[in-house]
Amino acid sequence: MSNMMEIKNLKAKIGDKTILNGLNLNLEKGKVHAIMGPNGAGKSTLSKAIVGHYDIEVLDGEIIYKGENIIEQEPEERALDGVFLSFQHPVEVPGVNNAYFLRTAVNAKRRHEGKEELNAAQFLREMKKYIETLGMKPDMISRSLNEGFSGGEKKRNEILQMQMLSPDMIVLDEIDSGLDIDALKAVSEGINSMKDGERSFLVITHYSRILDYIKPDYIHVLKDGKIVKTGGPELVAQLESEGYESLGEV
Amino acid sequence: MPQKELDKVVSGDYALGFEIDIEQDTVEPGLDENTIRFISAKKNEPSWMTDQRLKAFEKWKKMTEPHWGHLDYTPIDYQSISYFSAPKSAPDSLDEVDPKIIEAYKKLGIPLEEQKQLQGIAVDAVIDSVSVKTTYSEELSKHGVIFCSISDAIRDYPELVKKYMFSVVPVTDNFFTALNSAVFTDGTFVYIPKGVRCPMELSTYFRINALNTGQFERTIVIADEGSYVSYNEGCSAPMRDDNQLHAAVVELIAMKDAEIKYSTIQNWYPGDEEGKGGIYNFVTKRGICEGENSKISWTQVETGSSITWKYPSCILKGDNSVGEFYSVAVTTLAQQADTGTKMIHIGKNTKSTIISKGISAMKGQNTYRGLVKIAAGATGARNYSECDSLLIGDKCGAHTFPYLESKDSVGQVEHEATTSKISDEQLFYLRQRGIGEEDAVSMIVHGFCKDVFRQLPMEYAVEAKALLNLTLEGSVG
Ligand SMILES: Nc1ncnc2c1ncn2[C@@H]1O[C@H](COP(=O)(O)OP(=O)(O)OP(=O)(O)O)[C@@H](O)[C@H]1O
Ligand SMILES: [Mg+2]
Repeated sequence: MSNMMEIKNLKAKIGDKTILNGLNLNLEKGKVHAIMGPNGAGKSTLSKAIVGHYDIEVLDGEIIYKGENIIEQEPEERALDGVFLSFQHPVEVPGVNNAYFLRTAVNAKRRHEGKEELNAAQFLREMKKYIETLGMKPDMISRSLNEGFSGGEKKRNEILQMQMLSPDMIVLDEIDSGLDIDALKAVSEGINSMKDGERSFLVITHYSRILDYIKPDYIHVLKDGKIVKTGGPELVAQLESEGYESLGEV
Repeated sequence: MPQKELDKVVSGDYALGFEIDIEQDTVEPGLDENTIRFISAKKNEPSWMTDQRLKAFEKWKKMTEPHWGHLDYTPIDYQSISYFSAPKSAPDSLDEVDPKIIEAYKKLGIPLEEQKQLQGIAVDAVIDSVSVKTTYSEELSKHGVIFCSISDAIRDYPELVKKYMFSVVPVTDNFFTALNSAVFTDGTFVYIPKGVRCPMELSTYFRINALNTGQFERTIVIADEGSYVSYNEGCSAPMRDDNQLHAAVVELIAMKDAEIKYSTIQNWYPGDEEGKGGIYNFVTKRGICEGENSKISWTQVETGSSITWKYPSCILKGDNSVGEFYSVAVTTLAQQADTGTKMIHIGKNTKSTIISKGISAMKGQNTYRGLVKIAAGATGARNYSECDSLLIGDKCGAHTFPYLESKDSVGQVEHEATTSKISDEQLFYLRQRGIGEEDAVSMIVHGFCKDVFRQLPMEYAVEAKALLNLTLEGSVG
């Protein structure tokens, strides 16, 4: 078995509140892992811990990515090495042109990988493909980053970034929340197109609908800051009918 | 954590703080009638100019320094300043310019040899109290354009100087203009004849070099009917623990159908983190749109000085005339800026636009102060103002004071103001995409300023962006 990421006994707090209580999770190469769980359980906290968010203070445990503990690494180091988070609430950055931002990010990663940078024309050609398949309005790319974007537009923009950056460990925090039916389909197709047998996905969601599209290999239930149950796709139906109440009394 | 890193980003080193090692003639500090006679004599001025200066001095003595600005600084002792300093032996041609000066200007990025210059930019180089070199004057004179130092203009074009000097900024406009009118030493004079589109960018580079001297320059730009000129000024000074005073006056006159575009990149030494040293910059800049359909556009990028007090203004006298003010003011370290503009609408259907971007970091204090005045009879006058402030960190401040005086209900005035902070959340988002923190800050700041940078001539836009990066450098570590 080969893991992209191993999270071992992770304990983390925000402010003076401990949110993650010794969480263990292996994310296998080439697999899609889904995490479900009640509101406030710590799902977003886990995703932020993975990318090194400043709110999170790690008290104990390890996050091993490609064989290396990344707990001490700066956010940009993790990003350049291929860890990507689609935020539950992407922030607006007025004045920063969306395409300019994305090209800067893409070229930073290419430089890091020793590849040649994309010039404006190459970049635009590449991006155009994705914009069309995502059904994004062409003007969104010339607007300020996320500024005034609708909820669904922000989510599509996250997927566009994911596709352009082609990361190895992809964490999607509620990518499906607030999407209309067409958007959900387009976003799911975007995710599916990234599956290559190597990349790993961690999909945080409350709904089975997106899982019908992207067909996860594993379902994990996160409750009270721990993974309390792991199963195959069949677990979704059980959770939908029984809820989280019965699970993981700790 | 982010705060400390940010402070590092926003306290870039001042790269132009070297001293030019040349022999200078500097008068003893102090100001009385004799000082003024001395300056006037040094410049071989005609007696009418000497008399003007002495009259201004009498008036200045009765005036008091204004303190309504949102500024806090140690009082200026006008008797401890030297009012004249010049590199020894004023040169007539480039061959006679001290090689050290040529070297120094090269270091500042401004070659004085014409063939080495950025194509199409004529330069007037001023060190302390004198103009050391004006390039391309001959070439320009073929088009009838006058581009020379103000000292030369007083001697060679007395009628033009008599007509326009003090016409837009009267001697007693304020305390600092009266002082400047008495002791001004050099500056640039520009005249563009009827119907001429000035064939190159004109620029003046001001350098304070000598210790304890004040710099008091005067600039006049006259655009005759149907002409166009783009004029740029830049400046710098050595790093010194003492404050030095810079009190300049600029007058612009645009006749019917004429346009003047005036851009400034101000990079005087800003002092240190504790507010020690740096230039006190008290400047009065004003333009008049004298004729119909004339236009004056001010663009300024202010990154230097410890104290900035400056309100480039437009008097929109001609019908359908247009005034514009685009400004980026950065205060970091312990810098304080109180800056803005005045748009005075007198003619019919006059139009003004104000775009002000204030950036504050570390202990910087940034104040926008603007007046839009619509006189009785200025029917159809319109103004649009937008004043945005960006805060980096939590020890800095931004303040906005927009004033409106309207005698004419027909006027249309629109004002928008925002204050935003570079949030940790924004920086984190960019970093999560692999962009380093310093680049992330710079990306947000440049995005914030782009409406102003767009107004600068290309060469200068590049310089302004680089300067902004340098000023805010080191924030990330
Ligand atoms: N900045 C913060 N300060 C204080 N408490 C916080 C902060 N961020 C999160 N929390 C708390 O941490 C807990 C876990 O939050 P988290 O966002 O990880 O939940 P979640 O599982 O993603 O929930 P949801 O399904 O609603 O998105 C919640 O109780 C939340 O209130
Ligand atoms: Mg969440």
